[in-house]
Amino acid sequence: MRYLPLSDEDRSEMLAKVGAGSIDELFGDVPAEARLTGPIHGLPMHASEMSVERQLTAMANRNMVAGEVPFFLGCGAYRHHVPASVDHLIQRGEFLTAYTPYQPEIAQGTLQVLFEFQTQVARLLGCEVANASMYDGSTACWEAIGMARRVTRRKRAILSSGLHPHYVAVCATMAKFTGDSLDLAVPELSAATDAERLIASIDADTSCVVVQYPDILGRIADLAPIAEAAHAHGALLVAVVTEPVALGLVKSPGEMGADIVVGEGQSIGVGLQFGGPYVGLFACREKHVRQMPGRLAGETVDAEGKRGFVLTLSTREQHIRREKATSNICTNSGLCALAFSIHMTLLGEKGLRRLAEINHARAVEVAERLAKIPGVELVNDSFFNEFTLELPIEARPAVHSMVEKRVLGGVSLGRLYPGEAALANGLVVAVTETVSDEDVDALEAALREIVR
Amino acid sequence: MTANPSGWKPSSPASTTSETGTITGNRALMLEEPLIFEIGDSHSTGVDFSPSPAAGSGPRLAGLIRTSPINLPGLSEPETVRHYTRLSRQNYAIDLGLFPLGSCTMKHNPRLNEKLARLPGFADIHPLAPQETVQGAIELINRLSEWLIALTGMYGVAMSPKAGAHGELCGILAIRAALEARGDPRSVVLVPESAHGTNPATAAFAGYKVEDIPATAEGRVDLEALKARLGPDVAAVMITNPNTCGLFEPEMKAISDAVHAAGGFVYCDGANFNAIVGKVRPGDLGIDAMHINLHKTFSTPHGGGGPGSGPVVMSEALAPFAPLPYSARYADGTFRMVEEEVAADEHPQAFGRMVAFHGQMGMFTRALAYILSHGADGLAQVAEDSVLNANYVLRSLEDVLDAPFAFSGPCMHEAIFSDRGFADGFSTIDVAKALIDEGFHPMTMYFPLVVHGAMLVEPTETESKASLDQFIAALRSIAERARAGDEALRAAPIHAPRRRLDETLAARRPILAFKQPVPEGAESGAGAEIGGR
Repeated sequence: MRYLPLSDEDRSEMLAKVGAGSIDELFGDVPAEARLTGPIHGLPMHASEMSVERQLTAMANRNMVAGEVPFFLGCGAYRHHVPASVDHLIQRGEFLTAYTPYQPEIAQGTLQVLFEFQTQVARLLGCEVANASMYDGSTACWEAIGMARRVTRRKRAILSSGLHPHYVAVCATMAKFTGDSLDLAVPELSAATDAERLIASIDADTSCVVVQYPDILGRIADLAPIAEAAHAHGALLVAVVTEPVALGLVKSPGEMGADIVVGEGQSIGVGLQFGGPYVGLFACREKHVRQMPGRLAGETVDAEGKRGFVLTLSTREQHIRREKATSNICTNSGLCALAFSIHMTLLGEKGLRRLAEINHARAVEVAERLAKIPGVELVNDSFFNEFTLELPIEARPAVHSMVEKRVLGGVSLGRLYPGEAALANGLVVAVTETVSDEDVDALEAALREIVR
Repeated sequence: MTANPSGWKPSSPASTTSETGTITGNRALMLEEPLIFEIGDSHSTGVDFSPSPAAGSGPRLAGLIRTSPINLPGLSEPETVRHYTRLSRQNYAIDLGLFPLGSCTMKHNPRLNEKLARLPGFADIHPLAPQETVQGAIELINRLSEWLIALTGMYGVAMSPKAGAHGELCGILAIRAALEARGDPRSVVLVPESAHGTNPATAAFAGYKVEDIPATAEGRVDLEALKARLGPDVAAVMITNPNTCGLFEPEMKAISDAVHAAGGFVYCDGANFNAIVGKVRPGDLGIDAMHINLHKTFSTPHGGGGPGSGPVVMSEALAPFAPLPYSARYADGTFRMVEEEVAADEHPQAFGRMVAFHGQMGMFTRALAYILSHGADGLAQVAEDSVLNANYVLRSLEDVLDAPFAFSGPCMHEAIFSDRGFADGFSTIDVAKALIDEGFHPMTMYFPLVVHGAMLVEPTETESKASLDQFIAALRSIAERARAGDEALRAAPIHAPRRRLDETLAARRPILAFKQPVPEGAESGAGAEIGGR
């Protein structure tokens, strides 16, 4: 077996050293009735590398690859071009096959990367500090609500109707068990966001207001008035960014007064991967850092006075604080954070701004073209690289009809909000730099025919 | 404004110490590397773009166009490749040598799995793609589910949790949902003192009061003490089996029976599943829920701290409450991730959702490739070799290192030692840091808490006998020096890229982000003042 170096001679020699007559003796603590006597029935035996490759390739070939068709899906996961050097570098064995940097003297590579990542994320989101990553945007969003509860000692969170429905579902699931009360609402197919409702709902029991920017329909709202209203009541503003490329072009949530900014970093360096692994971004004000969940890398010096980095402030974390920890998170998304950081280093501010400009210009162009199709209306006034169309028919079957023409034309709101009839005709279309002129032609033709 | 107005300084603060004797601070292949903020600037980029399309009628950004600088430094591709390659060389990794970090299962990461996870059919598909366009991906998730169920003898599996601790939370929430469904909410979760810190943190996160279960002198759960504490307020008992002392809980079935008789559920922390995979099915021991760290037992790479993946296998009593999405196979050969829109018909009691989308697809691909490569026979061999390797380490060192549970018989896949017998003033950390100088990653230190100065050694099955012999020789020599009180030990490591780092300083004066040095004579201010103190 190609991954197991021990030979039978090694095994005999080692058993002799151990003083056991057989390997079974080493499993003597397992009650006989629970011990299996042979390979588990009905499962295949070991296989060659070629055979495994063949089996998985057959499964891979049954999927419609985003890069091979006109592709316009978003809603929390975006297809961007990732430079080849990113994947090459994250496959360096020293990054790929390292553990959490518990021994800093031989983990400076990972630790310096995390310190750089934290700084990049903090600057991008407009905050003072960021952590070394969370699992993804949705879990980061829930952790932000928990942090706001600890900071304000209040348990009522107001969630914008524009928050991704999966994120809402995660928060609602957790809230059932923690006793937080959540104000929830379903979005409307309109150009206006629910900023006014949010501001009117804030009271003296509110821990935080949670606003996605841009939101699930792609709309962009000024966060400053919401931040002001929240602060006036002693509540926090939590901003959620599912498309960080947007921040190359629009103001950061931190600039507009957000206290905690979380996000999904997948757009930068990570790729689609059918939903995971992704990388959660988490940033906040420095004064709240001791209530922050997750790992933090910090700068220090070694015994010779040389600059170095360590994991720090771990008295917040489960391995020290156990049941009093700020979160139970342990393993996070280190390698995806590395991919994010490398891609961001390649882009730099200049590249990020340029990438954002291209995305936005392309999206405006496509939105205006599609809105000219008879019966199709553009819902948004404002958007970055994703907008919502109102079709004259239900969007869910329209998406499937487009699949028959080999076009992945968008995400139907019917799938995300089953049972909400008012949203059934909504189609969310994302347009990134990867979309070609031919792709746009194909989408327009398909949509024109389907809504006719 | 650039991110690095001062320009790159060839002599970083690290390079000026005299004993290195070089202008650059480098020592041949050991290369110092500045931060990107010290070498890059806001005007440089390593990415070329096609010409921008015309923006239709103009920007539609609600008047929120960014006007302030972001201060993100960019580097050209050659500079970027060099920066990260240099940094990578300051890391220890399983590719470089033995990494016996107990409870972490640092085994070889097969490169076939990396190749397959990158097939566009898996890597370049969107989580909200219509399900008829991603049948192969959902089939893969379903195939892996079936393997995990078969290997554990359980009834169902929730695939979406993102890591071990997230899986623990999923299992505990399923237990809570099951209890609430029967109108019997309970308030307490019992956790052994030897448990991973994530266990009590999880139970508290889920709204439970956490109480300790005492251990016996043999390092096992004290069954009598546990039975005495069980009652109508106990929702669940969280057990790690094999436990964190590297021992199998021989009375596991009796523990499960007692918990069930008292109306509670048994959660098993599956972090140590590597010792028993293919040999023992946790379902046969009465366990109701167990997370499986795909990044441990099934070798998906740790990546310097994640991503992981923590699917949770569940008993028949709990599986109906598993969160969405839930993978299903139909008689006509189609597959589906059951989501909110069909949940009312297909999975009505789901307790909710743990994550956006479907979980860690990239890890599922790698884990299934690993499982198919080993097969049922190879996985049992994995468990056997991992246990043999740990016992070989235990018996090769018990004469120089105190092994607190060695008297009670063989260990499972990890060997535990204590610092008893070291000279005054010498502790586990000195041994660990000396191992670094010998070219090994240290073992897990000071965990579990029930053993004084614990050293938890998990060699895994992918180490050869020659590799173990070299490690044993090194650790033997270091142990003898610790017993003799060799002062030189306390200076270790001396050959690593850094000497011991001042963790107290890092926590007392936290610097969590790079702070732009203020150019001499300039006023502080500008948008770059971030973090630090």
